[in-house]
Amino acid sequence: MVLQKITLISFGDFDNFFLRSLSEKIYNEFSISIQIKEAHLDLSDFYNPMRRQYDANELLHYMEKQFAAEASKTIGLFNVDLFIPIFTYIFGQAFLGGRTGIASAYRLNNECYGIEADANLLLDRFAKELIHELGHTFGLIHCHVPDCVMRSGTYVEDIDQKNIMFCPSCKANLLKLD
Amino acid sequence: MNNKISILIVDDEDSVRDSLFNWFIEDGYRVECAENAKIALLKLESDYFDIILVDIKMPGMDGMELLRRIKSLKNDAIVIIMTAFATVDTAVQALKDGAFDYITKPFDPDDLSHLIRNASKQISLAKENEVLKEKVVTLENIENIVGNSEAMKKVLQEVESVSQSNSSVIITGESGTGKELIAKAIHSNSSRKYFPLVSVHCGALTESLLESELFGHEKGAFTGAMYNRKGRFEMADNGTIFLDEIATISPKMQVELLRVLETKAFIRVGGNKEISSDFRVICATNRNLKQMVEEGNFREDLYYRLNVVNIQVPPLRERTGDIPLLTEYFIKKYCTSMNKPPIPIDSAALRRLEEFDFPGNIRELENMIERAIVIGNGKKISLKDLPFVKNTSNSSVESLYEQEKIHILQILTKYDWNISSSAKALKVDRVTLYNKIKKYNLKASDK
Repeated sequence: MVLQKITLISFGDFDNFFLRSLSEKIYNEFSISIQIKEAHLDLSDFYNPMRRQYDANELLHYMEKQFAAEASKTIGLFNVDLFIPIFTYIFGQAFLGGRTGIASAYRLNNECYGIEADANLLLDRFAKELIHELGHTFGLIHCHVPDCVMRSGTYVEDIDQKNIMFCPSCKANLLKLD
Repeated sequence: MNNKISILIVDDEDSVRDSLFNWFIEDGYRVECAENAKIALLKLESDYFDIILVDIKMPGMDGMELLRRIKSLKNDAIVIIMTAFATVDTAVQALKDGAFDYITKPFDPDDLSHLIRNASKQISLAKENEVLKEKVVTLENIENIVGNSEAMKKVLQEVESVSQSNSSVIITGESGTGKELIAKAIHSNSSRKYFPLVSVHCGALTESLLESELFGHEKGAFTGAMYNRKGRFEMADNGTIFLDEIATISPKMQVELLRVLETKAFIRVGGNKEISSDFRVICATNRNLKQMVEEGNFREDLYYRLNVVNIQVPPLRERTGDIPLLTEYFIKKYCTSMNKPPIPIDSAALRRLEEFDFPGNIRELENMIERAIVIGNGKKISLKDLPFVKNTSNSSVESLYEQEKIHILQILTKYDWNISSSAKALKVDRVTLYNKIKKYNLKASDK
């Protein structure tokens, strides 16, 4: 089946310019049509008061149930602190080789670390995280090339260190898997 | 795919298992899950895992008990303990019981990544260590094959040409001619040199032991099989297996060996899973295999499967020109091992070595030199340091005249040219001995 589009669904009150800029950066890597949608969701259903965070597993399954479509990769954009039971936090997650993924800008924002906000840096980090999660939906696993966007990043500094693009090997795999 | 680090996650909570499973899969690891200790132990019996992540609090057998069971089965297993209820006491106890580390749920993703990276580094160091150990063994290669004779040059040419192929080789030759050294030289000059050369002395093992040694066994396969054990074929994966004294294996083992050589796959004793291994076979024997085939004592199909290339190692008596070099080599070897400077050998002793038949070949020469260095005066190896008295009859000297001359010289040397003692030993009087010395023109410097 030929992949027709990537759909970005915003749940995070991101402005249009920010979303368009993200879509351009994502298009540069995947070269397929990017569709932007906005959706509303009562996130309180996904809130865990003990952790004071939002359950990323539940959100991902919600995405899959509500928005997964054939011939499309769909990714939810959030701006809340995500967790999965085993980890203190995550930036995002996706079904490996699947149709959906999620990512949050919450911990990519400088203000989360008590530093002055930097809109360009946030855009850059969020685009890398989205490309990374989309890479997983295409079946790519983590890469050991230091500046490849598929390199695993557990701190925001790790995300800053990598490029916004796939290394040649991941790019080749992406084309094979497509 | 076989080189992937494998991880077993043992936790009773579905969400934990699923989250970790997805996390590790995205990192490219091979991952399996078990929801309790019992299932984990069953998986560990049938499969190999590099890293085992164990939750402490589980229904039935808890993580601490599972840790102890795993360590008793496989002491070098890397077990990481996970718990949501961290106390210093349990952490200390887990580390005392052999856990690699201890991590508290929920983890910081970076902590888990670091932990797995450290564990992987330890695993790769252990694997590298094994490969290097094997490499040290393979350093005993062509430099240890001493000889300038035409016969040895021909053997070395054959070694060079077969090294680059993957063909089976049979090395034939009398006992003590250095067949194993030739096998090592073939392996260490082949593309398999960074992988193990595994030697099996077939003659030293009974049929059932040889079977378990070659194919490995599963826990409980027979009395005393307390653990799963890899067989030599499995250990030789990517490398070479050297089957010494191949002619001694039983007809049943001949059938099994033929099957393994044809399929490169086998099943451990007591097991049911087929294991594949990529190995090259080198065999050695001091028997005439062709004759054994004709007599019906060795399978013809196995003989042809093994005998793709045959290297015949000559006995020492056919390469006497190499004896001075070999002698020098062994003197250096044993003097070094005994922390002594290398000592010379006198010409009479060397001449005797060159004349000797050496039915035990190089091994016999090596033993002679070692003995001479141990019992000698530490300055020079002379005829009296060599155990020739009993072997005179083996000498190539056939004339009575020469025999008498050599025997008298040996006795004189033995008694440091003390005429009275030598005459007494020879059971002749002193005058007779003087006459013999004069007749044969013997001198003290001849020794």
